[in-house]
Amino acid sequence: MRTLIIIPAYNEDKTIVNVLDDIRGHYPSADVVVINDGSTDATSAVTKADGAKVIDLAHNLGIGGAMQTGYKYAAVKGYDIAVQFDGDGQHRADQLDILLAPIIAGNADIVIGSRFLGPEGYESKLSRLIGIKIIAWTVSVFCRKRVTDPTSGFRAARRNVIEFYTRRYPEDYPEPEAIVLLHRAGFRMAEVPALMKEREAGRSSITAARAFYYMIKVLLAIMIDMIKVPGR
Amino acid sequence: MDFVILVATGVSGAIVFSVVELIRRNRLKEKYSLLWLISSLVILFFSVSRKSLETISLLVGIQYPPSFIFLLASLFLIVINIHFSTVISELFEKNKTLTQEIALLKEAVKEIKGGNE
Repeated sequence: MRTLIIIPAYNEDKTIVNVLDDIRGHYPSADVVVINDGSTDATSAVTKADGAKVIDLAHNLGIGGAMQTGYKYAAVKGYDIAVQFDGDGQHRADQLDILLAPIIAGNADIVIGSRFLGPEGYESKLSRLIGIKIIAWTVSVFCRKRVTDPTSGFRAARRNVIEFYTRRYPEDYPEPEAIVLLHRAGFRMAEVPALMKEREAGRSSITAARAFYYMIKVLLAIMIDMIKVPGR
Repeated sequence: MDFVILVATGVSGAIVFSVVELIRRNRLKEKYSLLWLISSLVILFFSVSRKSLETISLLVGIQYPPSFIFLLASLFLIVINIHFSTVISELFEKNKTLTQEIALLKEAVKEIKGGNE
């Protein structure tokens, strides 16, 4: 099956080359495309110099609009599987085999790599963990299915979901919102354990207040998604 | 006639006039001016016709008829603002699609021209 790895990147020129090397080292059979979301640093130049394919957006669309560009590219190019992979270095290419297995086996349309399913557990600030737990609980209730890591951006989509995403992709908090949208549209979802690294660079300075604020905004967005007219 | 009614007549008259002028000079799309036109015409009507203003004020239980004009004005402002929010959402959606399409087209052109420069 033809697989495309989509890397949304906004000012990631310090980490993007390591991410590309990691993928080439562990999963060379997949194609890679970097969606440069109007970066103001050298993200585009560094990626081109590295020989990887870059799609440059004329201005910053935000993570939702950038990811959807990648899915549109995957749809046009006829890929069977599209993987979402962060450009900041927190995702690990050696976890791709586990992530893709349910789709290759035909058991799921969308697979999410969860930090909380593995034996090692994921360490982070308490406020952040509580926020994720509450979002996870809400999403699980709405989807009537256990979801442990709704904010994980490490995920793989089968062709039918790729096509769905070209028509509908959430903008503000795309990870948890996409789960709700996909559930309402009737797609099959699976979670697999995934190890992740701490961010290599960039800001992870999430204070308790900001984690709480983020959680409230995500919960509101999810509730709005629940009352939206579903569609495929 | 109350002074307040005089002011309301003058202001709503001026708004009707400006909206019509803006449309005439092609500086306002008719689609977006419709709500302004209707609002200002309705307010103008109640400012001029004292009798209808008093009748409708008593009907909805307003003791001081000119406040009905303020009520109307604020309701219209809310409706116009919601309308503008939908217009902005629509524009945002179109802008996003265009940005994505241009990026994908640039990529396709690059490929036709022969690979990565």
